[in-house]
Amino acid sequence: MTLVKIDKKNWAEGLTAAADAYRLYGPVKEKDYHQFKALEKGEMPDFDMVNTRLSPKALLFPQSEEMLEFSLDESRDDHHIMKAVATDDTPRAVVGIRPCDAKSTLLVKLNFDTPDVKDPYWLNAYHATTFIGMACDTPLSTCFCTTAGCGPYHEEGLDMLVMDQGDAYLAKLLTDKGKAFAAAAGWSETADDPAVFDAGRKAAEGRIVSTVKTDNLADTDLLELHGAPFWDDIAFSCINCGTCTFSCPTCWCFDIQDEVHGKSGVRMKNWDSCMFPIFTVHTTGHNPRDTKTQRVRQRFMHKLKYFVDKYEAGIMCVGCGRCVRQCPVNIDIRRLCEQMNSFKPADACAAQG
Amino acid sequence: MLGYTEKIKEIAGRLLKECTVDMVIGFRKGTMPMMNEPCFATTPEAVDTLWWDSNCGINLANYLTNRKEKVAVIAKGCDSRNIVTHIIENKIKRDQVYIVGVPCTGMIDKRKITGMVKGEIIAVSETEDTIKIKTADAETLFDKTEVLQQNCALCIHRNPVIFDEMVADAVQEQTDVDRYADIQKIETMGTEEKWQFFDDLLSPCIRCYACRNACPLCYCPTCFVDEAKPQWMGKGQDPLDVRTFHFLRAYHCAGRCTDCGACERACPVGINMRLLTRKLEMDCQEQFGWEAGLSLDQRPAMDVYQANDPEAFIK
Repeated sequence: MTLVKIDKKNWAEGLTAAADAYRLYGPVKEKDYHQFKALEKGEMPDFDMVNTRLSPKALLFPQSEEMLEFSLDESRDDHHIMKAVATDDTPRAVVGIRPCDAKSTLLVKLNFDTPDVKDPYWLNAYHATTFIGMACDTPLSTCFCTTAGCGPYHEEGLDMLVMDQGDAYLAKLLTDKGKAFAAAAGWSETADDPAVFDAGRKAAEGRIVSTVKTDNLADTDLLELHGAPFWDDIAFSCINCGTCTFSCPTCWCFDIQDEVHGKSGVRMKNWDSCMFPIFTVHTTGHNPRDTKTQRVRQRFMHKLKYFVDKYEAGIMCVGCGRCVRQCPVNIDIRRLCEQMNSFKPADACAAQG
Repeated sequence: MLGYTEKIKEIAGRLLKECTVDMVIGFRKGTMPMMNEPCFATTPEAVDTLWWDSNCGINLANYLTNRKEKVAVIAKGCDSRNIVTHIIENKIKRDQVYIVGVPCTGMIDKRKITGMVKGEIIAVSETEDTIKIKTADAETLFDKTEVLQQNCALCIHRNPVIFDEMVADAVQEQTDVDRYADIQKIETMGTEEKWQFFDDLLSPCIRCYACRNACPLCYCPTCFVDEAKPQWMGKGQDPLDVRTFHFLRAYHCAGRCTDCGACERACPVGINMRLLTRKLEMDCQEQFGWEAGLSLDQRPAMDVYQANDPEAFIK
């Protein structure tokens, strides 16, 4: 692991140099909110923000992504044959991703990169990307990363972690990809003070005021939790919009659609949401998750129980707090997690009795 | 509205105790500043969590749709008008719902307030006329009128139009409100400029449908955007599909929308889609002298033919 010091005067110059070898992405302000976007030539990522409105998951898993294309024109030899859409998998770098969002990439990877099935679109984008993290010194009151398997200086999923030291940045080069990016940017002034990172991490962790407890989730019986008495109360306010799932960095569900215009068509992958009633509608018209309570329970059981049991990699949440802040009716995953984690199956018996 | 919480608890407790209703629908205090959560109580003990302040902007008429119980609902002026609309449209029967009317002095705009202060908002408190915003570094005091949701600032029906019981005496209605100044400004734009304007307005949309789902009018068993047989529109992020959704949804609300503001409040990306619904509201007002949800005895403008209906638009 190498530490490099980047004088802020050399920051823009370095990114501009790196842009010759990488397509750069970063947070920029659009209207009222920050979003991750492809940076124009010379455009710098804007770190004067609390967090982006949507997570950067769309950089690897776009909300709407064309995968295959086809022609219905029977005069063509290749009519009705699906062909891969050209994608740009040349190197790119996301500059300024938060450690929570970087960690979420690894959780999403569990879905798109399995021993049996691999999603080439997600994986090609993933392998092409270098993740330059910005350590998070100003967490929000809704951030609970430190108890969600993550933290403001967490390194998992990152190739480089940058911390702000006033007039300079200090960067930890965590992987070969990170080293290559630093080389492309011309950031070569090594530093030798890992204690600064530790001090920054400790200070930032001390600013996290929100926590969740997850210690009992794995040991609680799945069916008992599924039958817990609180689901109707939790689900009542839900309006079944996709705000939580679309803003979540770890939600990975998608729908596949064919769209045809004239004689040419595409097969595309669109974000889907377990909050939408049509998410589970069968072609028969039957819907196994026909009620709001079933759908809300599905979302939280997936994040806080099924995922925990299946992958043994903690909860399917990195504590970014986006759903907490954006849910239009204030359904708060921290509250839910508390209820699920403190649930004792005996409670259910008492309630039934 | 400061004393409303206690009064709401008292009324709700009594209604449940006396079995007047099976369920009371109201708000409980949220976990975030400027957020409260719709909730229900089915026992007199459960009413203790009920809460009221200037952050109850979600329209509770939305929670009445297809309920089977006898329900009491806490209703602001706009909610009450949507309850009228629900009754007219046969979504609920008048005798199935017990309306606890709230004379409303407006809900505050969390997005606007967030933009008016620097740093994260940690706590918000209110008096009848003021809103105090606390951040890590400062406390800022606003007149409530400065920070109302726009629909509340423009509201001319603050008092419930229909109720079984009121939480407090009626508040004074606002007069001399120019409800459509921003709409009229858009109407003066040229075609190109209008196109640009709407393109820009809808560009942040992520099709989460929070606007539709927060709306009490949007109760179709299957929304046209979700229909698969036939599929009316694409499901991706093509701007054409995004516009189709917003424009068609607005038209479905013509003559029905009460401008409760739930759609705009719910939107996670800050789109003011009320510009679309209010244009149609203005047209209904101008063409048919119609305001939605004021009376149980009159059929809505888009629902009935009158011999004197304007027909200048038929060419």
